[in-house]
Amino acid sequence: MKPRQKRLLFAAIGLAGVAAAAVLITQALRSNIAYSFGPSQVAAGEAPKDHVFRLAGMVKKESFKRTGDGLTAEFVVTDTAQDVTVRYNGILPDLFKEGQGTVAKGRLAPDGVFLAEEVLAKHDETYMPPEAADAMKKGQEKSLEEVRKAAASAR
Amino acid sequence: MSINWFKYSAPSTFYPLAGRMIPWFWWSAILCIGFGLYWGFFQTPAILSDQKQYYRIIFPHVGAAWMSMWLYAVLVGWALAGLVFNTRLSFMMAQAVAPTGAIMTFIALVTGAFWGKTSWGTWWDWDPRMTSELILLFLYIGYMALQSAIDDSRRADRASAVLSLVGLVTVPIIFWSVNCPDPNQCTALHQQSGMGRVDTNILIAMLITALGFWLYSFAVIFMRVRTLILERERSTAWVRELPEISR
Repeated sequence: MKPRQKRLLFAAIGLAGVAAAAVLITQALRSNIAYSFGPSQVAAGEAPKDHVFRLAGMVKKESFKRTGDGLTAEFVVTDTAQDVTVRYNGILPDLFKEGQGTVAKGRLAPDGVFLAEEVLAKHDETYMPPEAADAMKKGQEKSLEEVRKAAASAR
Repeated sequence: MSINWFKYSAPSTFYPLAGRMIPWFWWSAILCIGFGLYWGFFQTPAILSDQKQYYRIIFPHVGAAWMSMWLYAVLVGWALAGLVFNTRLSFMMAQAVAPTGAIMTFIALVTGAFWGKTSWGTWWDWDPRMTSELILLFLYIGYMALQSAIDDSRRADRASAVLSLVGLVTVPIIFWSVNCPDPNQCTALHQQSGMGRVDTNILIAMLITALGFWLYSFAVIFMRVRTLILERERSTAWVRELPEISR
């Protein structure tokens, strides 16, 4: 083998190694625990009980309320299967609203309520004026319903 | 007639070619960035269903973020070409790409922080997308540091080329950190990067600004590589005979 071919071989082996490492790391990231826990994981007791973690999910519709002093917000984070009640005393981001995604950082109280220190809003990748986005969302809900119906009739 | 594929791999032939191309890249970069930002600021909807005016941060942000990843792939490509073919110019190209890549990564992180504060409610969060982009910035800086830490340029080229190759692992991670097939499987604060639900005017402005960033990268990288050629080839006859040197 000529030296140049040898070096090419080393370079190819190096690239293959990098590709393998990338696949392994993304697989590890996919197992969720790297960043946040969903309500179902909290219900199953997979979330840490004694230290801070992130709770990610959707703010349940018609679950938001102000309690007591009028500053503390209480809402339910859901992944449609399980719910977790979140209590938070602080400024909510502009985009925070019911039906939208959220990521809350905090810890679980013994009574199962998530005491948040920070609440962030998560939005999707729709960059459209409101009317167009609404039309699109309606279309999606329709197709989701169709999928659900098909799944129900298949059962 | 056979094509000499390696004609422009010699610094002495590439130097004047790059010099002739630089003004073209500058003018097209200025045109594209100017047009893209104009379109983005004045021809796009004032309000989105979620974001208000501030969503226009997206125009510099997306272009810079794409360039940060693409330029790293280019850097590794030149570094590998240098390792395999032992060509001097390849290593100089790799070295010339690094600062521009680092600047693009920095712009992506800073504009991303503005987006984060207004949309999500925080300047920074250790989510997979942001963390891996920060690691990319450190890789660019590490590459430049290693390159300049070793006096012997041949050894510096080889060592930093291997480092850049190892660092290539972050580029697919940055991409996949938000774009896995099932979005419920990879939670990140950063939204996915789908192009499907984007207003046409926003898409036009975003793509043309990104193209402008690319052309700008060509212009400054060619300028930088010409300086590197002069510096490294200063003892050769052809450099001493250049009109701008012998004058």
